[in-house]
Amino acid sequence: MQIIHTDVLVIGGGLAGQRAAIGARRRGHKAIVLSLVPAKRSHSAAAQGGMQASLGNCLGASGDNEDIHFADTVRGSDWGADQAVVRMFTHTAPKAIRELAAWGVPWNRVQRGERDITVDGQRQRIEESDAAHGLITSRNFGGTGKWRACYVSDGTGHAMLYTMSNQAIAAGIPVHERMEAMALIHDGERCSGAIVRDLRTGELLAYIAKATCIATGGFGRIYRVSTNAVINEGMGAAIALETGIAQLGNMEAIQFHPTAIVPAGILVTEGCRGDGGLLLDRAGHRFMPDYEPDKMELASRDVVSRRMEQHIAAGQGVQGRFGEHLWLDIRLLGAAHIEHNLREVKEICRYFLGIDPVSELIPVRPAQHYSMGGVRTDHTGHSPQLRGLFAAGEAACWDIHGFNRLGGNSVAETVVAGMIVGDSMADFCDSAEGSLQLSTALVDRFARRERERLAAIASGSGGESAFEITRLMQETMTANVGIFRHGAGLQQAVEALQVLQRRAANITLRSSAAGPNPELVAAYRVQRMLKLAQCVAYGALQRTESRGAHYRADFPRRNDQKWLRRTLASWPSASAELPTLDYEVLDIMRMELPPGWRGYGDKDYIAHPDASARQREIDAVVAALGDTDRYRRQQALMPFKHLLPGHLRGRNARLGDPT
Amino acid sequence: MNTIPVSEAPRSLLIRILRHNPCDPDSAPHFESFELEEAEAMTLFIALNEIRQTLDPSLQFDFVCRAGICGSCGMIINGRPGLACRTLTRDLPQCITLAPLPGFELIGDLSVNTGKWMRGMAERLETWVHAQHLERVDIDQLEQRMEPELAEKLYELERCIECGCCIAACGTAQMHEDFVGAVGLNQVTRFHLDPRDERSDAEFYQLVGDETGVFGCMTLLGCEDYCPKDLPLATQIAFLRRRMVATAR
Repeated sequence: MQIIHTDVLVIGGGLAGQRAAIGARRRGHKAIVLSLVPAKRSHSAAAQGGMQASLGNCLGASGDNEDIHFADTVRGSDWGADQAVVRMFTHTAPKAIRELAAWGVPWNRVQRGERDITVDGQRQRIEESDAAHGLITSRNFGGTGKWRACYVSDGTGHAMLYTMSNQAIAAGIPVHERMEAMALIHDGERCSGAIVRDLRTGELLAYIAKATCIATGGFGRIYRVSTNAVINEGMGAAIALETGIAQLGNMEAIQFHPTAIVPAGILVTEGCRGDGGLLLDRAGHRFMPDYEPDKMELASRDVVSRRMEQHIAAGQGVQGRFGEHLWLDIRLLGAAHIEHNLREVKEICRYFLGIDPVSELIPVRPAQHYSMGGVRTDHTGHSPQLRGLFAAGEAACWDIHGFNRLGGNSVAETVVAGMIVGDSMADFCDSAEGSLQLSTALVDRFARRERERLAAIASGSGGESAFEITRLMQETMTANVGIFRHGAGLQQAVEALQVLQRRAANITLRSSAAGPNPELVAAYRVQRMLKLAQCVAYGALQRTESRGAHYRADFPRRNDQKWLRRTLASWPSASAELPTLDYEVLDIMRMELPPGWRGYGDKDYIAHPDASARQREIDAVVAALGDTDRYRRQQALMPFKHLLPGHLRGRNARLGDPT
Repeated sequence: MNTIPVSEAPRSLLIRILRHNPCDPDSAPHFESFELEEAEAMTLFIALNEIRQTLDPSLQFDFVCRAGICGSCGMIINGRPGLACRTLTRDLPQCITLAPLPGFELIGDLSVNTGKWMRGMAERLETWVHAQHLERVDIDQLEQRMEPELAEKLYELERCIECGCCIAACGTAQMHEDFVGAVGLNQVTRFHLDPRDERSDAEFYQLVGDETGVFGCMTLLGCEDYCPKDLPLATQIAFLRRRMVATAR
């Protein structure tokens, strides 16, 4: 068996993984990226509408800063996020976007002078200043107080990923494409690389590394209807879970995006609504203002998706050939705007629906979109349980999204986390803890285990089909662990997944094709996906409240008294049928923004007594400070700069700063 | 409202696939036919997955985004290169012939190694912003300004998804394996246009000023005809050729 040595092994070639590799490489460490597909084809490329960073350049963004981005993100998370990490994130996002601007991303820019925009269904004329001309512009997105989503037309992720990949190539970082990590090598305390399968030949090889980073994105493909790419099967999170040591955080927190086209489930960006698009029902009625008078179409995604499903359940959906849906109307934005700023949307409509959104309505319905949960890490991106294991991006629960992510915060997280985790891994490699004392017997043991697992599948005679089990898992998740959840359905899902897990042990392959054998791939992946699906379903069953995207019809209120805590799932043994759940309490007394109403969605929640106590404490601190600036006020409430690498601590300059 | 036409009885599609598994010493390239009942709104993504799940689980092909934006699923569809994921079967005749993209290393059946080819091209043409002190950019300060129109022009050229259709459609690329193709030349024009890239015309000439570069193009225009992103490839190559001729003088 071939053994490859490196300092840093990054599993996943999207934005987070490549940025982390670049960071470690810059610090002088050897880094290798493993990717299921050519890196530029990673799912990061599918991000359309924008990246949140509080630059505050254009008119709609003026006055924006880290404080507003922080508050929007915490409210969006329904107070599930780690607030210190949200501070690290919102502080670093402007730096991330400026770095990418220098590296070559063609961000759309502010054009001085008058232009027409669409707000609340009406055309308005605004004027951009001379001072902002040529700086990075931004668009409106849901759940935000300012226009903060910086964009490249509606191909933002594509442009970012190409620039990032090209910089990784410039830095000489090898990307080993079509490689799948099958198991993390570890001794119970320390991770030291991975056993990897070559998807061109089917061979197994070992990568030995001081630091290993999971950056494999989300696991949307456990659902039948998902906007995710077909590679988003969560294998990085799954192999972390299979260590039995690393924990996965908040797996039940699954985001459903309001506007996936029907029936293909392909995303059309939130930018459609941010730029002024509307949601209509069967009667052509704009229904969102009936439910959400303040934010309307631009409430957070969890709220809009729920309202859409509620409206369909009330009989207001459109009966289409592929089931019920609603309409997204961007006709009012005009041809010129759509052809410049929503061109990928136009292409998707043309090829997959045969319609032109300039003159026709787009059939949409919410679909699984994002995994807020993932490998639980500390603020540096390091697993608290398994040393040497890191995670970044959607694969991680770092945790800036809590129970609902804001649009545009995903690509922002990938790059920011990549910058920070790249440095953390370099620090770890440089430290005494980083040096590796590895026995080849350990590597052999893991390689043998994986070889035996594959051989067992290949020789299985139980008669079950991997494709059929995958389909049943996806149906179960979409039917019972979707937007509206209730105890009985979740209990049914947990039991159905247990049955499927037993059946998945009895798969028989019809093909013994030499090489990678796609049927064998489907078989070993579904065994792992079922474990992730069970973490989602079981975690959702136990969480008897509604928070963010996790909505329990039988427990419709957010319950801060009992559930202001993060779920931590681990898999106790290979033969286990359920995860072990632990909970990590979120301490209100350390929060900068104590829990309250989000500004949209249900106003009714069960408050924690600490919330008002903490608010009184905050008021006292602020009063004692007297007349001061926002930086000192923030520092007094919840210091965070010391958590960042030194070179990321500087203040972000903005247009109109006092000179 | 729904414009998808309803057919009376579903067609029975005959899908012929050029197959070969290089990992199997006994495999020889051959066509294999599969019969499949057409469904409404069926794409080749749906059809190929159905073949794999119900008829032949060993069939190899590549899809990632299945939304026409990642460039994984380029293949030859009834003789023409295109993206399989966004090709609707209703736009094709009852008999559909699929083959892997020529010009790339075959992984198996319809799967080819475009990633390796594209990485080689990127390394050779150095398709990244070349600027002094890029590692020491002060990211606390305001970004450099750029004209909005220029940013849009750059994105226009950057919409390339490296699917390889232009290589499969190119006479020169099929004859000369070291030709960088429209995908490579387009990327050079993209960085040439970008004021952040400090390379001179003479430096670009070193990269593409020969028959493996801009002077290899025979202006057959297959690249532009089959580009799934409708990029103005012929115009870019013509522009680059004029610039390079002027540089060589």
